[in-house]
Amino acid sequence: MVDSLYGRKEESKSIWILLENDNHHFEHVSLELINKSREIADQLGWQVAGLLIGNGVEGLIPQAFSYGVDQVWIADHPLLDSFNIEAYGAVTFQAIMSGKPSVFLCGATPNGRDLAGRLAVRLRTGLNADCTNLYMNIDTVVLVSEVSGFGGGVLALIEMEDHRPQMATVRPGVFKMSEPDPNRDGRVIKIPLPLTPNMIHTRTVARIVGETVDLTKAEQLVIGGRGVSGNFKIIKELADLLEGDYATTRPPVDEGHVERERMVGQTGVICRPKIAICCGISGAFHFIVGILEAETVIAINTDPDAPIFDHADYCIVGDVNEYIPALIQTLAEITESS
Amino acid sequence: MPILKMAVCMKVVPKPEEIRVDTKTGWLKREEVRSEINPPDMNAMEMALRLKDKFSGEINIISMGPMFFADYLKIPLSMGGDHIFLLSDKNFAGADTLATTYTLSRAIRKLNQVDIIFCGEESSDGATGQVPPGIAEWLNISQLTVVSDITVDIPNRVVHGKREIKGGYEIIEAPLPVVVSVRTASNEPRFMDYTIKSWAFEEGRITIWNKDDLQAEQEFIGEEGSPTSVSKLIQAPEKARKRIFLTGSTEEIVSRLSRIIKNGA
Repeated sequence: MVDSLYGRKEESKSIWILLENDNHHFEHVSLELINKSREIADQLGWQVAGLLIGNGVEGLIPQAFSYGVDQVWIADHPLLDSFNIEAYGAVTFQAIMSGKPSVFLCGATPNGRDLAGRLAVRLRTGLNADCTNLYMNIDTVVLVSEVSGFGGGVLALIEMEDHRPQMATVRPGVFKMSEPDPNRDGRVIKIPLPLTPNMIHTRTVARIVGETVDLTKAEQLVIGGRGVSGNFKIIKELADLLEGDYATTRPPVDEGHVERERMVGQTGVICRPKIAICCGISGAFHFIVGILEAETVIAINTDPDAPIFDHADYCIVGDVNEYIPALIQTLAEITESS
Repeated sequence: MPILKMAVCMKVVPKPEEIRVDTKTGWLKREEVRSEINPPDMNAMEMALRLKDKFSGEINIISMGPMFFADYLKIPLSMGGDHIFLLSDKNFAGADTLATTYTLSRAIRKLNQVDIIFCGEESSDGATGQVPPGIAEWLNISQLTVVSDITVDIPNRVVHGKREIKGGYEIIEAPLPVVVSVRTASNEPRFMDYTIKSWAFEEGRITIWNKDDLQAEQEFIGEEGSPTSVSKLIQAPEKARKRIFLTGSTEEIVSRLSRIIKNGA
């Protein structure tokens, strides 16, 4: 078997995390990874390091410490202003070869996947994609990655004996963030920058960002399916009343009623709300995957045999257009009277 | 030379709803399970076909797997592809991301001067969305990932891809050759074209390449070339739901429902 560029014997006892950031904020998944890594590192007496890449990102260093990293490896340069795989790849490679971490984790975001996919090949090491859990095998001191396949029906536990770093991208929302502690401090290491403009072949020519939708953070989620017949007005109204968010399934996206980033399911968002209210959803397998982690599922559907009822805690056989407006009215009255 | 030489990497996967883990052996029960082309790969095929419609060119379907994949691969071929290259060799079996991307990249090198390599965003059997950047790294070329649309400027040999990011999108420019991963469900794959279906199902549309054809090094392929190993497979626990049907008048049900929502029970 081909060796990785460095192996287990040369590893430093540390877990590294790509600290994705945008407009002077960390991506939530990066903070979630710090918390999980802190937990694993504390079991073993290891270090947690954050890799901070960008242009004008020094201001984020104290925040990284406050969330629990011991070291920040920073690359701050105008050519790193927006994500481009050549420059980000070169800087990350440089840092990893100098720090030789045992574990290197990225969020399973578009940029995290891009970077991890390339770096794993460059380092000749293994990569577990879109992990849903991570833990350390305390006996062997090898990282165990849980990967969900086949739409969540099967979980595979994956390990790597000798190749380093042990790489994984982790699905946003599976770990919790910790509360920041402003008294925490750590060490800053500047990564030497081997950057020249001519090494960059891909560039961002336009960027259009509107209101960000993050369904993974919603505690109350109202989800409308085909049975809503495009009437998302009442779905939104109920979501607003519950101070939650609204979401959808594939058919309303295809029909243009709702934007794709609000789609829940295997090819959409995996959410974990306290309450998911499924309105006019039949309950296809691909959708159910997205609400498995909901604490309580309420389903309303006219068809008493709809599969959704097998996956719901409270089931109502009836018309969404009758029950949702009635529910909105009742909830509004309760709110007013309290 | 065709105007655009394209490759589409495709995979045949078991239908996810039929997959079960054998509780005795801890392995997947693959028998009796129906397969399909990994759905995101059909979006990749459609994107390639639209470029072929526009500029003319050739589309080579590449897949790594056992011989039974061949029948499935004739479906995208019947949509308007030109040829199938099936990378089939027992030495390729058991490959993880590193070995898979190496093997696919060897085939793309052998095809020679491919302008665009399309992949689906992920595969349903392991969701390894890391294959496209891995191929790009082995080939030392650019990558454009999770794009829902692309335009190609042939004289200047650049592509522009619309890439979805949180809350919006960005337009990324990259030079040819490039690996493009296509956003799942970003287009509607066309049906088979029945005027070419009989052609597609004729002998000679498939070339089988083994390890020697690819001049692939043993230490990089299959199980041997895979640093990771699956230590355990488990059936995901199904969360037991209460399945309580609320009955009564609309008012009674709504009243009960509002208490559940407010109090969590």
